[in-house]
Amino acid sequence: MYKAIVVGTSYGGLEALKLILPQLPEDFPLPVIVVLHIGEHKNDTFIRLLNELCTLQVKEAESKEPVLPGHIYFAPPNYHLLVEDDRTFSLSTDEKLNYSRPSIDILFESAAWAYQHELIGLILTGANSDGAEGLKTIKSFGGKTIVQDPCHAIAPIMPRFALKIAQPEIRLSLEAIPARLVELASSKKAVE
Amino acid sequence: MSAYSDANADLLTIELQLLLEGIFQKYGYDFRNYSKAHIRRRVLNRLSLCRLETVSELQNKVLRDPDFFRDFLEDLSINVTEMFRDPDFYRSFRENIVPKLKTYTYFKVWHAGCATGEEVYSLAILLQEEGLLERCQFYATDFNRKVLEIAKEGVYQKADMELYERNYQLSGGKGKLSDYYNSMYGSVMFKKELSKRIVFADHNLVTDGVFAEVNLVMCRNVLIYFDKMLQDKVLNLLTESLVPAGYLCLGSKESLKFSTVENRFVALDDKQKIFKKKLNV
Ligand SMILES: C[S@@+](CC[C@H](N)C(=O)[O-])C[C@H]1O[C@@H](n2cnc3c(N)ncnc32)[C@H](O)[C@@H]1O
Repeated sequence: MYKAIVVGTSYGGLEALKLILPQLPEDFPLPVIVVLHIGEHKNDTFIRLLNELCTLQVKEAESKEPVLPGHIYFAPPNYHLLVEDDRTFSLSTDEKLNYSRPSIDILFESAAWAYQHELIGLILTGANSDGAEGLKTIKSFGGKTIVQDPCHAIAPIMPRFALKIAQPEIRLSLEAIPARLVELASSKKAVE
Repeated sequence: MSAYSDANADLLTIELQLLLEGIFQKYGYDFRNYSKAHIRRRVLNRLSLCRLETVSELQNKVLRDPDFFRDFLEDLSINVTEMFRDPDFYRSFRENIVPKLKTYTYFKVWHAGCATGEEVYSLAILLQEEGLLERCQFYATDFNRKVLEIAKEGVYQKADMELYERNYQLSGGKGKLSDYYNSMYGSVMFKKELSKRIVFADHNLVTDGVFAEVNLVMCRNVLIYFDKMLQDKVLNLLTESLVPAGYLCLGSKESLKFSTVENRFVALDDKQKIFKKKLNV
């Protein structure tokens, strides 16, 4: 059984998320944790927008808040978002990584330690290399790794880097991603 | 991360705990209740920079080599800061706190976790513009002596001034930021009239007691690095340091929400995290 999904995306990300997230059903059993690079801008507008489109509750992740199913969490602008082993959120103002704060790598790596093989990592459209190393870490822990097919991505650089560095298991068109997430979320993963 | 994988993730947790225990016993710095994910990230970074395989090897160096420890301390204390970071906070400060300060003939401010001082100079500028600087005594503390030295100098990179000037304007600044510093080569030096009322001092929020009794505490983006229990302990310390009706300013993503002091404050600005201590509880 998977316990959480982490998602990283930048340029074109909001469009991609608007397609994927509303298709996750009300009883979707996993928390979804997203880093979307949007510069210094506030989150409020698109969180409100996504909340209207989604059946799951969309919110900004708060410091020390427990990570719960039924929620889609976004990293606040200008803070890194980390998941603790006790599955609560931490924020940090550390230096930018890959010119980014929040950084996808930082979220993915902390989540990989917290959830180990029970994590799904997803990289979508984007214009830099952030997330590739993090996805690799998820894979090294035995988690499931998915990348949007760069051929159809608005910005192919981020998925390309992820493919090259992390060699993820699954490469999918944007349209095929929601169904696969639903399927994976309800699958009983072989217990070792 | 070669030495660590799915199979021995537990080992890393154990080694990290031993490392922090060792640092506490040997050097007195207590990181045992800092965010684990944060500490792990910094430690793994240091490992790969030093080409070490395991945290146990790192521990050996940390305990035996005080100079190595000094550098490692830099990894654990995140000193990233900015002038007029969160401009809206400073706007709110002018609106919600300044009018009250104007009724005082003298007041004290404590910046806990001031890092390299950018935030202290920001507030000093604001108070100067409100005609309050002469009435104020600042204490600016941090547990990292290296950053305190920089804070005392008030010398920063010229390259950062563009962002700071923009922040300053957005914060409701009344002039130009460049009115407050002199440029020299690639650096700028803030004018001494700003810092003459600031005392910089070494203070550890985790292991030291109340620093002074003050009218205003600024402690921004420090608590986020602590676990819930330590946050609560430090919030209690900050509360004790405040006079009744004193002000507490936290970072924009910090709150009193999960703490035992929540009911001792009223929020003046929930979003900008400006709180006022109740008179008597
Ligand atoms: C991210 S900086 C925040 C700087 C500034 N307040 C701001 O918001 O821009 C955090 C600071 O807290 C300091 N710090 C961390 N733990 C501390 C402790 N136990 N006691 C005192 N200072 C501490 C660090 O050295 C660092 O300078």
